[in-house]
Amino acid sequence: MIDLKLFAEAVGTDDPVTIAGLGTRGGPVPKTRCVAAPSGIEWLQPDEMIASCGAGTSVAELNAALGEHGQRVAMPSSGTVGGALAAGHSDIRRLGDGPIRDVLLQARYVSSTGEIVKAGGPTVKNVSGFDLCRLLVGSRGTLGFLGDVIVRTRPIASHSQWFSAAATDPYRCFTVLYRPVSVLWDGAAVWALLEGHAADVAEQAAGAGLTPCAGPPALPTGSRRVLPPDELTALTGVFVAEVGVGVIHHADSWAPPSGDQRAIELARALKREFDPTGRLNPGV
Amino acid sequence: MIAALVDELQAALGPERVRTGSTELGLFGRDASNIGGTAGAVCFPISTAEVQACLTAVHRHGVAFVPRGAGTGLAGGATPLDHSLVIVLTKMNRVLSVDSINRLAWVEPGVLNLDLSRQVAHLGLHFAPDPSSQQSCSIGGNVANNSGGPHCLSDGVTASHVLGLEVVLSDGSLAQLGATEAEPDGLDLRGAFVGSEGMFGIATKVCVRLTQNAPAVRTMLMAFDSVEDGAQTVSAIIAAGMVPAALEMMDQLCVRAVEAYIHADLPVDAAAVLLVEVAGLRHGLEADVARIIAIGYAHRASSVRIAQDEAERQLLWKGRKSAFGAIARIKPNYYLHDTVVPRRMLPHVLNQVYEITERYQLQVLNVFHAGDGNLHPLLVFDKREPGVMERVLAAGEEIVRASVAAGGVLSGEHGIGLEKRDFMPMMFGPADLAAQAAMRRAFDPAGLANPFKVLPSPAACGDVQHVPAGAWV
Repeated sequence: MIDLKLFAEAVGTDDPVTIAGLGTRGGPVPKTRCVAAPSGIEWLQPDEMIASCGAGTSVAELNAALGEHGQRVAMPSSGTVGGALAAGHSDIRRLGDGPIRDVLLQARYVSSTGEIVKAGGPTVKNVSGFDLCRLLVGSRGTLGFLGDVIVRTRPIASHSQWFSAAATDPYRCFTVLYRPVSVLWDGAAVWALLEGHAADVAEQAAGAGLTPCAGPPALPTGSRRVLPPDELTALTGVFVAEVGVGVIHHADSWAPPSGDQRAIELARALKREFDPTGRLNPGV
Repeated sequence: MIAALVDELQAALGPERVRTGSTELGLFGRDASNIGGTAGAVCFPISTAEVQACLTAVHRHGVAFVPRGAGTGLAGGATPLDHSLVIVLTKMNRVLSVDSINRLAWVEPGVLNLDLSRQVAHLGLHFAPDPSSQQSCSIGGNVANNSGGPHCLSDGVTASHVLGLEVVLSDGSLAQLGATEAEPDGLDLRGAFVGSEGMFGIATKVCVRLTQNAPAVRTMLMAFDSVEDGAQTVSAIIAAGMVPAALEMMDQLCVRAVEAYIHADLPVDAAAVLLVEVAGLRHGLEADVARIIAIGYAHRASSVRIAQDEAERQLLWKGRKSAFGAIARIKPNYYLHDTVVPRRMLPHVLNQVYEITERYQLQVLNVFHAGDGNLHPLLVFDKREPGVMERVLAAGEEIVRASVAAGGVLSGEHGIGLEKRDFMPMMFGPADLAAQAAMRRAFDPAGLANPFKVLPSPAACGDVQHVPAGAWV
């Protein structure tokens, strides 16, 4: 087990503090004392489909090590494992891989009072106590700073291929494909990532009128919007939409809807419980 | 129960749906765990507004309440303590909408798990979590316990299939925790609520993800002369990069009990039997079946039986699912455990289970989700035998300890409830438990929602509440 004592001492107990990994998701809060989580792979257990590493480990390093065992972790490939979990944004394989919030099995984090706290457990199935792990994923370092994690891994498919076709209807091929890994749509064309047995992939693609292509389209970076998945057809402008998921990569900026007022109050109550003085990632 | 509260509830719901008779209080005084409690009153709201009315009233009177679905829970999570108000959600049982294209549905909490899958079957869809109680358990209960089931190995447990929730908090206010949007900004309150065992509030609408039915399914039964060979086959299948739809194991005593019950020509001389189901597209499916059979024989499988048609597949599954009925032929009572261990530790922990139960002179059957290491030792006994309960409880605690010591966890799918509340310190230290208590305080500052469950007393504020006599029965 990684010794988190030094990390906990670095986080401290009193002053405002921020955390940074590789800076791929906006980096630390400016003008605030900054710490870094421990990095390094603790262990891989391919026959359990789990792996443990410091939160500061890069996703690329973890995936390179897992790749030797024919496995990978389902999270965006950039930055650190802790950063990907704290941001809580899945990548474009979400339709098939499931969301990043399902990846985290156990976390040890440093709390606002400088204590080392464990959430979750080391097995793929676990309902022992409340699901603090899911609260941590996407919490952007506002409830605690991730120290080390146990994550679920997945087998790498034997065959993987992107396909595309012209389509003004995002659902044309979505409805006929069996569990595609990703289906993207930009208003004029669809792209689909299919994985599995090569013969199945070929049959699926042919049945949906898809032809092989080099890869997915470039994703616009103006905003990452989340919409109810049935609102895709009303989109305008330059975009790539994740069909069946409802994440839209749009060229234009976007102000997200304010959300349910009582849910916002709940989130504030959680922040008060976990970080009453607001010292962790202030302003985030 | 305060008479004024009952009057208010009856004014809001009508006298027919707020009951204080001894029959109802007895019926709703426990869940399927047989951990007995005492209900003060039982009410049956039929709408979100009525749930809000109930919780507004209990909040004003400071009375604790217990949300209850179908009452199939095995950990005492829905057992009321100290004359709490039991709020039964089974009358809120409508499927509100189904989006067959984006594969999601809004349902009320009282919809039964299997009913939902039946209602969307004509669309080629199903609700993936399939607890053994799926004919009788409710979606709201699945949300509360983050329920699993045999097919959760490949598709994930309830938390992976709940997109959004409408919940009523313990002060009667309404909150929307996520909806159909995938990853909205802010904390994942939906994820925090799932598995909160009724202690964060009451879910009144659930947005669930529906899963495409597999185009093809193959089911096979492998027999082994030793439990170790069966367990190592499980690990080898996973290590080979395959995640079958289901991977279930039964040991010899269980197979014999089931065979005597359903006559499916099961291999009664085998030490262990694996039920393996693979689902998907046909080429990949056939390749996986061939590899799995090869792995089985490499681990000295004595026989492999592949279901030749749907009827035979159903028969093999009936064997798995009727285990609990079959054991009544051995002894009248049983105690079902639920722990998870790393897959590679299955042979070690199973041997410990046999050693522990032998030492306590108890019979044990094992029927469990081997693919995710989720053990279900089933202790069978006759509670009329003097002193047997003490032995059942002591053996059970040793089994839980052995599982945690092997790197496992307290519960895979039944939850903590009252049953394992005082075992939480086996897994969590004081700071860990304090963080879980903080989660609860944020959702339910008054502490009225299903109090005294999950968290051992020192981490929760309020009176020390002991697990009542008869627990673990």
